[in-house]
Amino acid sequence: MMTENRYEMVCGVETHVELATKSKIFCGCSTEFGREQNTQVCPVCEGLPGVLPVLNREVVKLAVRAGLALNCHIAEFSKFDRKNYYYPDLPKNFQTSQYDLPICQNGWLDIRTGEQVKRIGVTRAHMEEDAGKLVHSGETITTSQESYADYNRTGVPLLEIVSEPDMRSIDEVIAYLEQLVGILEYTEVSDCRLEQGSVRFDINVSLRPAGQEVLGTRTETKNLNSFSSVRRCLEYEILRQAEVLDEGGQVIQETRTWDEGRGVTLSLRSKEEAHDYRYFPEPDLVPLVLDRDWIEKVRAELPELPEARYARLQSLGLSAYDAGVLTSSKALGDFFDQAGRHYPDAKNLANWVMGDLTRLLNARQWSVKDALIQPRQLAAMLELIDKGVISGKIAKSVLEDMVVSGKDPEQIVKEKGLVQISDESALLTVIQEVLQAQPKSVEDFRSGKEQALGFLVGQVMKATKGQANPGVVNQLLREQLTEQ
Amino acid sequence: MRITREQVEHVAMLARLELSGQEVGEYTRQLDAILEYAAVLEELKTEEIEPTAHVMPLMNVMREDSVRASLSQDQVLRNAPDAENGFFRVPKIV
Ligand SMILES: [Zn+2]
Repeated sequence: MMTENRYEMVCGVETHVELATKSKIFCGCSTEFGREQNTQVCPVCEGLPGVLPVLNREVVKLAVRAGLALNCHIAEFSKFDRKNYYYPDLPKNFQTSQYDLPICQNGWLDIRTGEQVKRIGVTRAHMEEDAGKLVHSGETITTSQESYADYNRTGVPLLEIVSEPDMRSIDEVIAYLEQLVGILEYTEVSDCRLEQGSVRFDINVSLRPAGQEVLGTRTETKNLNSFSSVRRCLEYEILRQAEVLDEGGQVIQETRTWDEGRGVTLSLRSKEEAHDYRYFPEPDLVPLVLDRDWIEKVRAELPELPEARYARLQSLGLSAYDAGVLTSSKALGDFFDQAGRHYPDAKNLANWVMGDLTRLLNARQWSVKDALIQPRQLAAMLELIDKGVISGKIAKSVLEDMVVSGKDPEQIVKEKGLVQISDESALLTVIQEVLQAQPKSVEDFRSGKEQALGFLVGQVMKATKGQANPGVVNQLLREQLTEQ
Repeated sequence: MRITREQVEHVAMLARLELSGQEVGEYTRQLDAILEYAAVLEELKTEEIEPTAHVMPLMNVMREDSVRASLSQDQVLRNAPDAENGFFRVPKIV
């Protein structure tokens, strides 16, 4: 693209992630998603006079776990502050957040784009509460006459993770988001259900003439909740800014919103946007002082992170591509690892997990967690193939049955009479029938056409409904054809 | 003066308060008097005092992550100036 030659993009991302707690950050209201409006609200999260918030211990633990996984320094002393603004999604008229002493600072994560590995700085990560949800009455946000407020989400714990403006291409931004969400998923800090809005991205982007040191003016597009929206938003915003600069104009520093339907970003300039939050220390919450030993204990409990799994899977003999696929979905990677405890051939296992199993799941729009099949059952099925009890072809239908029924492969094979026929006398009868029915192919083979054998094997497989052992059939056919 | 009319108008806008010209003058004088009174604190020498984040000598007050009953939807909306269908109804905001 022309733009990329003339201008360099500079991008940083703020990510809001809902932490996986049962209750809200400062009160006991449930954080469950999708319940009826205004049924998960109490005086504390509604901000009624005289109430006292109390910090949820689990929020601190999850924030520290995320911070450690992102290589951050964990503050031994941190505190909460009030961020003041008036907007109907916020019943208290301030958001409890962390301003100058956040819990996590100065971290990084490594991203991969092609063969390149690049380190992206994580400036800080701080705890805060989510705001409520506004529903608009009209067709669109601009034509509505009224808004409807639901405060179920008000006070749900968030971790806001702020990156350095280190990204220079859209691919780098997407790689950062994938890596970040992967880490949050692996550490079980969040359920990472992007479609439910449990992870949201604010994208800061500016352009500068190629080779120029000084940063251009940036815009911030808020509240994107899918990787594809981020990609499309950046594509649009870069072109828009390039056009402004090409015409000798100046990009205005402002907040913008992404219109998914029209595929454009729109200015949100208004009085409400005056960034004057008048932060001050939250008088209702006392400081948080963390013990080094406790922080180290949380660090010791960190699970294997995506980069480590990626490297380990390659050390098992998997290709970089296969290792990447099994790393990018934690659930699929976990399934592979658990099955691998019962089955030694990693490459064969990976082929089945990424091939047939994934295809069966995709057809049903299931995650591997939705399927009834257990990892050790897949391992058992592969053993049945290796021992010659079933053919690879039969195994595909056995697998489909396992995915929906959760039955053991041995049971399915027995119930459906799928055991592979390796018995030579039984197969010979079938082979004789096939040879009599196909004199043309027999003739072809004898006159030197090797491929006729493949056809005849296929006919035997068909006659046995796929249950014949192809190796044995091949060998017997060859014997019969050369003998006569 | 420690505070200007413009600052009062700005803070009023942030707080979504509509003030008449007379009120702006009145609040400017009143806020100025309050700030003047609090200015006595500036006489204290605080160079060698650790900054405090909280007036109480407390830290790490936390609760376990357990769900407690919320209010019913009826109770939540009881003080709402306007409500419909289980929602708070508020004026158009954009
Ligand atoms: Zn509550």
